[in-house]
Amino acid sequence: MSQIDTSPAVIMRGITKRFPGVVANHRVDLEVRGGHIHALLGENGAGKSTLMNVLAGLYQPDEGQIIIRGKLVQFHSPRDAIEYGIGMVHQNFMLVESFTVAENVILGYGGDGMLVDRSAIHRQVQVLSERYRLDVDPNAFIWQLSVGEQQRVEILKLLYRGADVLILDEPTAVLTPQESDELAEILRQMTDEGKAIIFITHKLDEVMAFSDQVTVLRGGEVIATLPTAKITKEELARLMVGREVLFRIEKEPYEAGPAVLELEAVSAQNDKGLPALKGISLQIRRGEILGIAGVAGNGQRELAEVITGLRPVTNGAIRVGGREITNCSPKEAIDAGVSHVPGDRLGVGLIPNLPVVDNLAMKAYRRPPLARGPLLDGTAMGTFARRLVEAFKIATPSIQTNARLLSGGNQQKVVLAREIDSSGGVLVAVHPTRGLDVGATESVRRTLLEQRRQGAAILLISEDLDELMQLSDRIAVIFEGEIMGFVDADRADKDEIGLMMAGERRVASEIS
Amino acid sequence: MTEAFLISILTITIRAGVSLLYATLGEIYTERSGVLNLGVEGVMMMGAATAFAVAYHSGSAWLGLAAAIIAGVALAGVHAFLSITMRADQVVSGLALTIFGTGLASFMGQRLGPGGQTMVGLQGPVFARTPIPILSKLPILGPSFFNQDILTYMLYILLPIMWFYLYGTKAGLHLRAVGENPQAADAMGVNVALTRYVYTMLGGLLMGVAGAHLSLGYLQGWAQNITGGRGWIAIALVIFAMWDPLRAVIGAMLFGGINALQFRMQAAGTTIPAPFLNMMPYIFTILVLVVITWWEAVRRRIGAPAALGIPFAREEK
Amino acid sequence: MRLVFEKRLTQSRWAALLVPLGSFLLALLFGSIFLAAFGVDPLQAYRVMVVGSLGSQYAFTETLVKAIPLMLTGLGVSIAFRMLFWNIGAEGQLAMGGIAASMVALFWSQSLPDALTLPLMILAAVLAGAVWGLIPALLKAYIGVNEILTTLMMNYIAVLGVEYLYLGPWRDPEGRGFPGTAAFPPEAILPRIVGRVHLGILFAVIAAALLWLILSRMKWGYEIRVIGENPEAARYTGVSIARNILLVMLLSGGLAGLAGMSEVAGIARRLYQGLTVGYGYTAIIVAWLANLNPWGVLFSAFFMAALLVGGDQIQIALQTPAAVALVLQGAILFFVLGGWIFVNYRIRIIRPLGESALEAGDD
Repeated sequence: MSQIDTSPAVIMRGITKRFPGVVANHRVDLEVRGGHIHALLGENGAGKSTLMNVLAGLYQPDEGQIIIRGKLVQFHSPRDAIEYGIGMVHQNFMLVESFTVAENVILGYGGDGMLVDRSAIHRQVQVLSERYRLDVDPNAFIWQLSVGEQQRVEILKLLYRGADVLILDEPTAVLTPQESDELAEILRQMTDEGKAIIFITHKLDEVMAFSDQVTVLRGGEVIATLPTAKITKEELARLMVGREVLFRIEKEPYEAGPAVLELEAVSAQNDKGLPALKGISLQIRRGEILGIAGVAGNGQRELAEVITGLRPVTNGAIRVGGREITNCSPKEAIDAGVSHVPGDRLGVGLIPNLPVVDNLAMKAYRRPPLARGPLLDGTAMGTFARRLVEAFKIATPSIQTNARLLSGGNQQKVVLAREIDSSGGVLVAVHPTRGLDVGATESVRRTLLEQRRQGAAILLISEDLDELMQLSDRIAVIFEGEIMGFVDADRADKDEIGLMMAGERRVASEIS
Repeated sequence: MTEAFLISILTITIRAGVSLLYATLGEIYTERSGVLNLGVEGVMMMGAATAFAVAYHSGSAWLGLAAAIIAGVALAGVHAFLSITMRADQVVSGLALTIFGTGLASFMGQRLGPGGQTMVGLQGPVFARTPIPILSKLPILGPSFFNQDILTYMLYILLPIMWFYLYGTKAGLHLRAVGENPQAADAMGVNVALTRYVYTMLGGLLMGVAGAHLSLGYLQGWAQNITGGRGWIAIALVIFAMWDPLRAVIGAMLFGGINALQFRMQAAGTTIPAPFLNMMPYIFTILVLVVITWWEAVRRRIGAPAALGIPFAREEK
Repeated sequence: MRLVFEKRLTQSRWAALLVPLGSFLLALLFGSIFLAAFGVDPLQAYRVMVVGSLGSQYAFTETLVKAIPLMLTGLGVSIAFRMLFWNIGAEGQLAMGGIAASMVALFWSQSLPDALTLPLMILAAVLAGAVWGLIPALLKAYIGVNEILTTLMMNYIAVLGVEYLYLGPWRDPEGRGFPGTAAFPPEAILPRIVGRVHLGILFAVIAAALLWLILSRMKWGYEIRVIGENPEAARYTGVSIARNILLVMLLSGGLAGLAGMSEVAGIARRLYQGLTVGYGYTAIIVAWLANLNPWGVLFSAFFMAALLVGGDQIQIALQTPAAVALVLQGAILFFVLGGWIFVNYRIRIIRPLGESALEAGDD
């Protein structure tokens, strides 16, 4: 193998970054060598993304230094960072959907001349694409590509600019297990050429599988930096969280009741008019959690929306307790007993600028005791809110505090409290623990299991396969709008599910 | 339909449409960068007032044009500052610009005539119509397209340049990216704020020219409500044109045509009362908007720049 | 060294008070420079404005008179803006209200018992304004047409309609010099309370109370607030956005229509040119400055009216165009818009890394 430079490509020393109300990074030191893959591990809110945003030039540190290949630098913008060879692939892709791959690649590139020379760009993109096995068509529009392909366009953008330090933020969150393996190949190819890779993650398995070195962050501080070979998964978990972590929650044995939610050959379109759901059939029984596994963008959002009345179906029927709610309005779905914990907490689930009491009242305000005729009873609203805050242990200074000021976990508790209180037996939960720290995640999961015990029929959509396997009774895998198969959670095999997530249909099809 | 009639209709259509088109192009560029400028009416009126006042007192229409450009850029700059740097609500800021601009223009109109009197009824230097040799001899197209004023000819040249700039150059790519996904553009090193400032003020420049054409080219004088809602129609035309410079031409021609029709009907002594004829452009705008919006909804096409009207801040979580 | 705006966690209370005040003062300063540039002594001009709008009982009542239509249209605009429905059409809705009230006054009042004339005029005006506001609402709710443009276009159509009527079929047969309809019969005139201040002031106060009641005590108000804060969340909890757009615009247009009625029946006692002078547009500033609060609208309307009356006085006393009031209004709005950022953001100074690196560099 050729000589590659393994001296430190990146040194971050004493980095401190503050935001209003929180210190995101406190005197963080990081050293990354060429030819190595370095993992940055921590829970949500530990400061990993912030640190990398500083390195990539998006944020300015309040204190500290950055040294690139021996040179002290100061980045005022992403452009500066790119000039020093540092590029970042974010969790939310920075791609212009209506542009082509080629247009996205050259966006912002100073380079040659004023005009857009399409053929030259295409050639260069092809060359890079082949060299790193990225397999991307320069003429394709971004909105036509799958999420995995879009990620590769992001990597291509950086390579085009000669990046030799690549930062990846939660790269496998949007990939199937097989695509993750392909990504690992691509990364190895790059490190073989001497590039340095930093990837941010909260998944322990990823750290063990991909990285050479790992730095653990907790509460904005570095807890430890070690070679991956010298540590176990359990030790890493303890470092990450600071205490013993239980990997399994106690779940009561499964007692099925009658079917409460039924979908029969449901088809629907997405916002662009393309088919998002193709003939989905499923049933959820009383006291059962059905998990929906799948890579983001395969129809999960549309599935939640047709059940809750936010999206029309083009075919098929939806029934709750025998009653048809196909193509009903959101209000009719609510009246039929469907509750919805949406994936977008701040955008759809809550009103950030209104107080907690108003947010809690969003479902119950139409009827007594909160309303008498057209009038709202302010005192009753207060009593109602206090009861829910108590019951769900929502930490808030008062019920008049704006929802925006609560922590992520408590915001989610507000949404859950409201939805569970008004539930009529069916709960649709979409990514309920996304972005929450371990304590809040545990609390939400316990709540869901409690609801299951009390007889709710729960549709759980999640990108976290571990979570699905822990909480669900059965798991259905969705791929390109179709159910690839149903498996019992106890007998589930991650590889099998992985294959289904990538489009392979289960042989023994048990349409329950 | 005689040739003379056709020429006449075309001529008026173009004359009436030029100022509309300038304003529409200005707003297209502004909105493409993600900034909504509802102050077009105010900027146009200020352009018309400054152009006429400066032209009258200096004796040069070109100086008037220069003044209108400065006024347009300055006013749009205020809106840019408030919307971009001060994160103000763009709708309210644009409306404030309209009120301020129309108020200021009205004030000037009453005070900048000779001896501090009104400008109404004055006659000053104008951009006269000059036929282009050879081209103006072409059948039908000649006397209509090539017998216009210099600002119109400039527009003929400007249009393809603006179209090509938008779709064929790197700068145009950056502009479109800033309007579609400013986070992505920023991450790729494009200066979002600067881009928005530049194109908002460029928009103001073109709106100033539009106003100058009204008072120095088309109507050749000053009247209290000289723009008569053209600024608002320009905003509607941006939607009609789906933010594309070439389609804007069709829209401007359509409205120019309505104007032409109004004139012809009045000249022909129609029985329809004048106010109803004057309503035509506004009713037509509503119809156009309804049709376009409904068509877009049905076809689910990608329309407005995705980040239009939303302030951009890099470090906000 | 760089200055950067950093978002605050909670809105700054004292900024929310200081900003309107500071903006007003800055606008006055700007106005002084502007007036001076045109050869007018700013102090004298301001004195004329203040005295002319507040300095005597006559001035005060005149300001109230101008405030009434601003209050009503301001209230109408504020409730629509609460729901993020940009009703720029208050001017046209006011005009339609004026037309409807005039129709009753001029043509139906003979066949009605006297006591019924005014109530019917009110009803007709409210309905006319409501319908005029309903049309853009329907277009927005069911097709998604941009309401800023449709309400605006409806303004032009309505104003032209008024012009057509008082210059054409409804023209006063006895001429009398200025263009308008015949005078209203006595039973069609709103009684006056003091000076020229008419019953319309009562309408305004009742309307403000009504809006306050709706927003703070009623389910409908809760829905309006929710939609205005987060339309997506509202939709997902089953609130019908389309239905609320229609209802709110009926109310908004109705209030503006009422303003039109109060102008033709209380002040002019006829339908004429001076009805459409831009109250509907000033209403937008009124509503916005009041932060869309119903009681605040009453105050900001009064304040704006003082500016307008002051502007008229300057025109009379100093031969300076009354449009100076519009310039001042625009300036106030600009400064408030610019200053409002300090309520939500604070300024931070970022020192270059070099300095702090010298401190941290020794580990």
